[in-house]
Amino acid sequence: MSFVFSKENLLRIETLKKRYPSPKALCLPCLWMAQHQEGYISIDAIDTISEEIGIAPMEIYGVVTFYTMFHLEPQDKLNVQVCKTLSCKLCGSDEILKHLEGKDVKISHVECLGSCGTAPVMQIDDVYYEELNPEKVDEILKSLR
Amino acid sequence: MRECKIVSRKFDIPGSHTLEVSKAHGGYRTLAKMDEYSPLEIIEIIRESKLRGKGGGGSPASAKWTLMPQENDKNGKSDKPSFLAVNCDESEPGTFKDRQIISKDPHLLIEGILITCYAIKAKHAYIYIRGEYKQFQDILQFAIDEAYEDGLLDHCDITVHRGAGAYICGEKSALLESMEGKRGHPRLKPKHKEPEWFFDNPILVNNVETIASVPFIIQNGADAYKAYGTEHSPGTLLFAMSGHVNNPGVYEAEYGTSMMAYINHFGGGIRNAKKLKAVIPGGASTDVLTAQEAECATLDYETLRSMKSALGTGGMIVMDEDTCMVTVLKNLLEFYHEESCGQCTPCREGTGWTDKLVGKILDKRGTKEDIEKLLEIADTMNGKTICVFAPAVATVIKSFVSKFRDEFEVAV
Ligand SMILES: Cc1cc2nc3c(=O)[nH]c(=O)nc-3n(C[C@H](O)[C@H](O)[C@H](O)COP(=O)(O)O)c2cc1C
Ligand code: SF4
Ligand code: FES
Repeated sequence: MSFVFSKENLLRIETLKKRYPSPKALCLPCLWMAQHQEGYISIDAIDTISEEIGIAPMEIYGVVTFYTMFHLEPQDKLNVQVCKTLSCKLCGSDEILKHLEGKDVKISHVECLGSCGTAPVMQIDDVYYEELNPEKVDEILKSLR
Repeated sequence: MRECKIVSRKFDIPGSHTLEVSKAHGGYRTLAKMDEYSPLEIIEIIRESKLRGKGGGGSPASAKWTLMPQENDKNGKSDKPSFLAVNCDESEPGTFKDRQIISKDPHLLIEGILITCYAIKAKHAYIYIRGEYKQFQDILQFAIDEAYEDGLLDHCDITVHRGAGAYICGEKSALLESMEGKRGHPRLKPKHKEPEWFFDNPILVNNVETIASVPFIIQNGADAYKAYGTEHSPGTLLFAMSGHVNNPGVYEAEYGTSMMAYINHFGGGIRNAKKLKAVIPGGASTDVLTAQEAECATLDYETLRSMKSALGTGGMIVMDEDTCMVTVLKNLLEFYHEESCGQCTPCREGTGWTDKLVGKILDKRGTKEDIEKLLEIADTMNGKTICVFAPAVATVIKSFVSKFRDEFEVAV
């Protein structure tokens, strides 16, 4: 099954091409579009992007694996990304991680989210949840079900 | 403490991220002033102001701006368009200031971009933003859309470029590699001073806050900026504070402010009436200071360098008396090991090896030799790599072990 960009995305790609000196710069933008469209980045999507921007598929694959926010597999569970870097650690991220254990979510440990002043912090999809405590985590998870 | 709000002036106004509120409070007023000057005159004002880059390095902004080709350059590169890249990767642990600018006063950044592009004769600016900041990127993009509608961007385009999770892409050449569609691997430094390159076109890379400081300077003159701060570190910085303080957050202060005065005044002192043990002064890659050192520290480049640490991004991480420094170092090494881009062997292997060793010490399985080994590995990481990531890790390790050696020895 081959991957085709949606009409909307194809339009965005055409617009973006005019904004960069080389179509190669559209690598990350195209990967983001593909991931939004399908929920993950398939090998077919990589082939399609390769044709669109002129970077070899293998090289794009290398790019995908370099960045932590791209997935090569569909994500079936809620992905709870808990920051475990220093400021969050000092303010109780261990307690949050422990509290999440055994819950029906995917727990990811991520590095500093740039939200150290409101530690501990987690991110689900694109949304930040700050100044966490166990009760707050429960409320958040309930609201997302 | 003297109030000084140069970049954060509009932060507390409701709706400050919208064009209407921004304009009602003086937003874009400097563009008229800008037209009174030639591009070279703008660069001269920035040089006089001694504005320093606020992304961590602290190098004079004008020095980099001058490297960009002006029309009359005969270096063969003048036929190529110039670009600006604004660095909003903000991934240094303890740093969360640029996020305040793009979400609370994005129009100030846009105004700064317009002036900077005028000065370096660029017609297109990119804002490289870390992928996790999607929420704040949306606010920024909204502001850019408003600016387009208003005709403000008729002669200069702005495109937001989203990263995808990689600390190293904050390093300027890695950022450009990433924008060129490659892995974010830092490039070898050129032998001579030259601009950065984006697909063979000259490009200037500056931090968000550096660019957001430009409108004030052009509006009020270099002397008004130098009225704040110290002789060599003039102006202000959005210092940030996290960890064991009562009121963590981002507060603008002038360079040269006493570190403890800052922590007590804005931060409300140490949490739970504990004593201070240590402060990491400017993001995780700067050497840790003991409480005694913190008492004497002032927040400027020169003083912190003289204390063998650095001002870095100004993001302070404060730790109280109950903090285990071996645990802290372990936490930082996990970060470095995860984020090394892997190009250089001393960095790739060194971060992993030291992380394991400190883990061993933390588990009380370590020996005295392990502490020596740790220092030895740190030595091999210093000065043999493409970028300054590995040397920074090396000095961080040494600062922890030398200043808190008793804690490491108790643990073995
Ligand atoms: C490992 C590493 C990470 C960096 N991360 C950032 C960052 O997240 N944001 C930033 O503005 N500068 C970062 N820098 C500094 C940039 O390389 C560059 O000097 C800076 O963006 C230039 O802007 P300025 O002169 O306005 O500070 C980093 C440097 C290194 C070595
Ligand atoms: S020092 Fe580390 S982060 Fe820098 S280029 Fe080498 S491997 Fe990459
Ligand atoms: S340490 Fe968790 S957000 Fe910075």
